[in-house]
Amino acid sequence: MVDPIVTLLSRIQFALTVGFHFLFVPMTIGMALFIAILETLYVRRGDEKYKTLAKFWGKLFTINFVLGVVTGVTMEFQFGTNWAGYSEFMGDIFGSPLAVEAMMAFFLESTFLGIWIFGWNKVSKKMHLFAAWMVAIGTHLSAVWIIVANGFMQHPVGYVLRNGRAEMENFWAVLFNPYAWHMYVHTIMACYSVAGFLVMGIVAYHLLRKQHVELMKTSARLAVVLILISTLGNAITGHFNGQNVALRQPEKLAAMEAQWETERGAGFPLIAIPNTAAEKNIELFKIPGLTSFLAYNDFNAEVKGLKDIPVDERPPVALTFWSFRIMILVGIVMLITAIYAYYLDRKGRLEQATGFLKWLLWCIPLPYISTTFGWVTAEVGRQPWTVYKLITTADSVSPISRADVVTSLTLFAVIYSLLVLLDYYLIARFAKAGPVAAERPEAVAAD
Amino acid sequence: MTTYQLLQVIWFALWGLLWAIYFGLDGFDLGSGMLAGLSRDKQERDTLIGTLAPIWDGNEVWVITAGGVTFAAFPKLYAVMFSTLYLPLILILLGLVLRAVAIEFYHHMAYNPGWQNFWAKILSVASLVVALLFGVAFGNIFAGLPFDASGWKGNVILSLLTPYGILTGLLFVSAFVMNGFSWFAHKVADDALRQKAMENAKKMWIVTLILGVLFYGLMPVMTPLMQNYKDLPVLFVVPLISVAMLLLARTSMGKGRPLAAMIYGSLTVFFAVITGVIGMFPNMLPSRLDPDLSLTAFNASSSQYTLTFMLIVVLIFLPFVLLYQGWNLKLFGQGKTGSEAGHY
Repeated sequence: MVDPIVTLLSRIQFALTVGFHFLFVPMTIGMALFIAILETLYVRRGDEKYKTLAKFWGKLFTINFVLGVVTGVTMEFQFGTNWAGYSEFMGDIFGSPLAVEAMMAFFLESTFLGIWIFGWNKVSKKMHLFAAWMVAIGTHLSAVWIIVANGFMQHPVGYVLRNGRAEMENFWAVLFNPYAWHMYVHTIMACYSVAGFLVMGIVAYHLLRKQHVELMKTSARLAVVLILISTLGNAITGHFNGQNVALRQPEKLAAMEAQWETERGAGFPLIAIPNTAAEKNIELFKIPGLTSFLAYNDFNAEVKGLKDIPVDERPPVALTFWSFRIMILVGIVMLITAIYAYYLDRKGRLEQATGFLKWLLWCIPLPYISTTFGWVTAEVGRQPWTVYKLITTADSVSPISRADVVTSLTLFAVIYSLLVLLDYYLIARFAKAGPVAAERPEAVAAD
Repeated sequence: MTTYQLLQVIWFALWGLLWAIYFGLDGFDLGSGMLAGLSRDKQERDTLIGTLAPIWDGNEVWVITAGGVTFAAFPKLYAVMFSTLYLPLILILLGLVLRAVAIEFYHHMAYNPGWQNFWAKILSVASLVVALLFGVAFGNIFAGLPFDASGWKGNVILSLLTPYGILTGLLFVSAFVMNGFSWFAHKVADDALRQKAMENAKKMWIVTLILGVLFYGLMPVMTPLMQNYKDLPVLFVVPLISVAMLLLARTSMGKGRPLAAMIYGSLTVFFAVITGVIGMFPNMLPSRLDPDLSLTAFNASSSQYTLTFMLIVVLIFLPFVLLYQGWNLKLFGQGKTGSEAGHY
C-alpha cells in the first residue's frame, strides 16, 4: 500500500509545478500569435512601427518563454518520478502524445524562436516572418498534444485493457477525442485573453503617462479584438464544455454545482456555501431550473446528485465548486471589460478614458486567475481518478519515500517562486521601459 | 524474430540514438556554460553565453524527446528508472532549469553587472551538475544497478557513487569542457582569447584522453558491456570510431581549426554513448545483483500498435527536425563573436 502522505505531497508538487508552468504557457501561446500578426502587418505594409512593436512585445515574450520551456521539461519527467504507477499503466497511450509534442512542436518553437530573436539581420524579411509563424504554430500544436493527453485522462477512448495496462487500440480515436477538443478551444481562447489583457494593461500604463502613444494605440487596436473574441469565445466554448462535462463526467458537474440530490429542474446555486460533511448547501439564492438548462438545454432535465455517487468516487466538492465559480465570475468581469474596451477603441476614446485605463492595469492578473481556477476545476473535478474510471490517483503514485518528495517539493517551491518573482520583475521593467528599450537593453536604467 | 521483437529492437536503437544525439549536441553547450562562470573577462563571458542563446533550446529539446520517447516506447522503463533514480533526476532537472534561465537572464539583465556575474556563476554550477550527474547515471547504467527482488540496495545517491559512475561523469565533464573551449575559440573575435582557448582545449584534450582510455580500458573489467562485442566483433568499429574522433579533434586543434575540433569532440561523445548502448542491448535498466530482473527492450516496451504508430511519426518528423535544426546551427555556428547578443 502506498503511503498516503507521499500521494498527498506528490499531488501538491504536481499541482505546484503545473501551476507555475501554466503561468507562462498561456502568455506564450497568445503572444506568439499577436507577434506573428504584427510582423505580418510589417511585411505587408512596410511600416516600421509594426516591426518596433513586434520587437517590443517579442522582448516580453522571450523573458516569459524560457520559464515555460524549463518548467515544461520538469513536468515531462515528473510523470515518471512521482507517478510511476500511472506511467506504467498508461504509458502505452499517454507517452505518445508527449513524444509527438516534442518532435512536432517543441523543435519547431525552439529552433524558429532562435531564428526569430537573433535572425533579424541574418535572414530575409520573409524568412523572418516565416519563423514568427512557425513559433506561433508550434505553440498551438504543443497545446494540441498535451490537451489530447489530458483529454484521455478525462474521457478515455481508443484503448483496450490488456497485459495489466491500458493499451492503445486506435490512435485516431485518442486524437479526435471530443473531450480534448472541447478543452482545446476553451484553453486556446483563454491563452488569447492572457496575452490580450497583458497587452492592454501595458498599453494603459503608457497611455496614462502619454508616452509611445502612437505605438500603444496601434497595439490596442489589435488587442481589443483579441480580448473581445477570446472572452466571448470563452463564454460560448465554456458553455459547450460544461455540457460535455454533464454528458461524460456527471460527478464533476455535480461537484461544480454542489448538487447533492438527483433531481429534475435542478436550480443553479448562484450564492451558496457547500457543506460536504452535512451533504447539503447553505443556499442564499438559487435560479430555478438553470443548472438543468445549462447542462442539457432543458429546464426539466434530470441532474445527477452527489448522494447517488459512492462517497469514495466523489470529487472534493468545495474546491471544485469554488474554483468553478471564481473562473466564471472573473470571466464575466473580463467579458464586460473587453466589450467596453472594444467600444472605446472604435470610438477613438480609449486614450482619454483615464479611469478605465487604470482599471485595465488591474485586469492583467484576471485571466491568470481564471485559467488557474478553470484548470483546478477540470483536474480536481476528475478526482479520485487520474484516468476517469480507469486508475485512481492513489494507485498512480511512485513507491518513493516521504523524504524524497519533501526534498524535491521544497526545492521546486523555493526555486520556482524566486524565478517567478524575477520574471515578473523583468517583464514589468521592460514593459515600463517601453519599445525603445527592447532594441537596446543597455538603455534600460541601471538599478 | 517476430515483427514485435523487431520493433522493440528498432526502438531500443532509437532510444540510444536520441540520448547520444542529446549528449553530442548539448555537450558543448554545457561545456561553454561551465566555463562562463570561471571567466573574469567580460568579453569572454559575453561571447561564451551569447553564442549559446540561439541554440541551447533546440539542443535541449533532444532530452525532452528522449524522455518522451522513453515514456511512449518503454513506459515501464520510464516509470521504474525515473522513480528509482528520483533525487538525482530531480537535481538534473533543476540544473536544466537554472542553466536555461541563467543563459536568458544573463542577457535580459545586461543593465546590471552584479546580476550578470550571478547568472554566470549559476550557469557554471548548473551546467556542471547536469553534465556530471548525467555521466554518473549513464556510467552506473552501463555497469549495472544495485537492485534485486527486494528493491534497491542502500541509499540511492550514495549507491551511484561507484568508480565507473564517477569515471563516466568526469569523462562527460572533461569532454564537454574541451568542446566548450573549441566552440569558444571558433566564435571569439579576439585573437589573444582565441589562442588562450585553443591552448586550454589542448590541455582538456589530454585529460579527456586519459579518462577515455580508462573508460574503455576498464569497460571489460567493471561492466558487462563486452559480451555483445564478443558475440559480434564487427561492433568494435564503434568504439574505434569514437577514439578516432578524439584523435581527429586533437589534429584539428593543432591545425588551428576549432570548429572541426568541436565537431570531432562532439562525435567522440556521441560514439562513446553509442558504444555503451550497444553493449547494454537488450538491457535498458540492468541489475548487477540479479540480471533476471533487468528491464529490457523486450519486457519494458509498449504494445506493437504503439511502437508501429510512433515509428511512423518518427520517420515523418525526424528528417524535418534534422533539416531545420541543422540550418539553425549552421546559421548561428558560422561567424565570429556573440554579436547576436546585441539583438536580444
